[in-house]
Amino acid sequence: MSMRTLPLLFLNLGGEMLYILDQRLRAQSIPGEKARKDEWTDVDRKRVMNDIITTMFNKKFMEELFKPQELYSKKALRTVYDRLAHASIMRLNQASMDKLYDLMTMAFKYQVLLCPRPKDILLVTFNHLDAIKDFIQDAPGILNQVDETFRQLIETYTSLSAGEFQLIRQTLLIFFQDMHIRVSIFLKDKVQNSNGRFVLPISGPVPWGTEVPGLIRMFNHNGDEVKRTEFTTDGNYVTPQREGSFDLYGDRVLKLGTNMYSVSRPVETHMSGSYKNLASHTKENIVPNPLAKEELNFLARLLGELETKTPGGSETGFRLNLFMTDEEEEHAALTRPEELSYKVVTIEATQEPGRREELSRILGEMEVADPRPDSSGKGEDLLALMDGL
Amino acid sequence: MYRKEKSIQLKSSSAALYNNLSVLRLPGRQLACFSTVHGPSVNVVSAAADGLGFSHRQLQAKEGGMAVSTSILTQAAWCVLPSRVLLVLTSQKGIQMYESDGSIMVYWHALDVTEHPPGQAVFARGIAAAGGRFICVGTSSGLVLVFGIPHKGTNITVSEVLEQHHDAITDIAAELGQAPDGAGDLVTADDSGTLCVWSAGEEFTLLSKIPAFGCTCSSVKLWNGVVAAGYGNGQIRLYEAATGLLRAEVNAHARWIYALDLAPETGKLLSGAEDSFVHVWKLSRNPDTNDVEIKHCHAECVTDTQVCGVRFCDPEGTSFAVTGYDLSEILRYGQA
Repeated sequence: MSMRTLPLLFLNLGGEMLYILDQRLRAQSIPGEKARKDEWTDVDRKRVMNDIITTMFNKKFMEELFKPQELYSKKALRTVYDRLAHASIMRLNQASMDKLYDLMTMAFKYQVLLCPRPKDILLVTFNHLDAIKDFIQDAPGILNQVDETFRQLIETYTSLSAGEFQLIRQTLLIFFQDMHIRVSIFLKDKVQNSNGRFVLPISGPVPWGTEVPGLIRMFNHNGDEVKRTEFTTDGNYVTPQREGSFDLYGDRVLKLGTNMYSVSRPVETHMSGSYKNLASHTKENIVPNPLAKEELNFLARLLGELETKTPGGSETGFRLNLFMTDEEEEHAALTRPEELSYKVVTIEATQEPGRREELSRILGEMEVADPRPDSSGKGEDLLALMDGL
Repeated sequence: MYRKEKSIQLKSSSAALYNNLSVLRLPGRQLACFSTVHGPSVNVVSAAADGLGFSHRQLQAKEGGMAVSTSILTQAAWCVLPSRVLLVLTSQKGIQMYESDGSIMVYWHALDVTEHPPGQAVFARGIAAAGGRFICVGTSSGLVLVFGIPHKGTNITVSEVLEQHHDAITDIAAELGQAPDGAGDLVTADDSGTLCVWSAGEEFTLLSKIPAFGCTCSSVKLWNGVVAAGYGNGQIRLYEAATGLLRAEVNAHARWIYALDLAPETGKLLSGAEDSFVHVWKLSRNPDTNDVEIKHCHAECVTDTQVCGVRFCDPEGTSFAVTGYDLSEILRYGQA
């Protein structure tokens, strides 16, 4: 519904993705001198992080992202992250990519749900960006790009009203509806129940601008307070100490959106029994996808123009595994429940002429010259831009 | 005071949208109907009062005349008029009106996209029956559309467009009891927190405007000339409808209030918010001083749930229903 949701969704999910990749790369890295040709080193890790961050914050891409537009469908957005994750020498199998996306989305869903005020989603975004700046502190060029995006966030969002922020939050919650994948680190920290639902505390500081519940004041026709009573509940709330900073630099106060992973806390996801409403999920697939056109365009372009980043020469592709072992990854791929499949269309690097013709034909049919008010194809431009990077 | 009763299972979970629960209780019949919105569809459940026997129906948001594009529903509510009951759905595309069981669509009004500034969200939200023969619906540009509803048939027309709000309408409520003279028939609320009180008729007249104080008003009720408003900072405020005078201020919830309801026979007020709590309050008027009073009656904590819809199931307020974000059921509570 809100046309300003996509930048926040993209940047926060991207931030979570970087946290996870960084953790996995550190976990799998070998000291430089000892590493074989196909093993990760610290240098490789930094390079991967720099490559992905550079792609994420590309100027043209950001310009397109910030234009007011409807949210992408889950499928379309997943495709964007597939592309982003492969913006470097790193390779991920389908199973690892699925797991990565599960973790990213559940983490951000948690953050959105627990934000005290809708406006605090901006603080969560700033936390992610602050951490991203830490990842690339030795690369001033990219740092500039990130700061630019920071400034654009401040410009676009700090003037929005609380009501508009709530609409953004509601739009995000519709996007995350019915997702209850259990994340091991959340279960351990007791922020998620075994049924996949997040724990919502009824204690702690109230949001900035809210009073601790309990007081009732009544006034007469002159506006004088004439009666005061109190009520109590099971909740145990306190007044907040200070508000987080919405400036380029500052103490955000809020912890949501900061990096919760470390090398010693690996993350696993549990697939079984996490989807209660199969009926509603099926319905989602039946309802026509508004971005079906954009997705087909994107794929067509990709197939037609794909310059695979498979490293040539002496470099070999480095595969990253989101699981502990290769066997685990294989097993996850085989046992992933059908209803949880993201149904991402596999991008074939080989360019089969027949296939390209087919898609071009479809593409031709879909490009109708009807005067739709929102037919400027913004979604296409955004995704197409990724190809050019 | 209230104890939990058997829940009603839904085919899909409720969305985190304001006032996302509507209840229809037809007098003389044991049947109560419930509806909650889930993205592009709405769950309509008909239950017998003894809790046995349910029938489910899911209605889809109409996609509009143009090329394929899904629409998200923002609200569903039954409008009870003297001659008929209609189920009204509001969405990003427009307004759909159905016969009360959801079987036939009797009217469709498409929102004029050009009326809204580019880049702004477009949707309808806020539904109430007023003046015995009108249904009022709000839009994201701040307009309130007044539809004239005939006794039967599909000849529904736009009777008037009210242009007092500058921000997206959040909720609309009609007088549920007896309005004292000059107190108005209808109250409309918007994203900025501004409230407008109207008298309904061939031409609606603005009676008073209650200014915002910096918080969104997400839900509003009108009873015996008292406006009850729920805000984004967790407060409930009571105002005199005729004058706009503030009568009570309650620090009710720790987070954004999503829904209010009122039982007209007793003056009980129900509130639900993101903080997982549902509170029951009692409104009254001191006969000597004419002051408005409110006291807290009961609290329910719906564990790990952000409440998005609350409704009394009867006019005395002896039972109520609750739903929350991601919840695929309607919880019910009744007086012990």
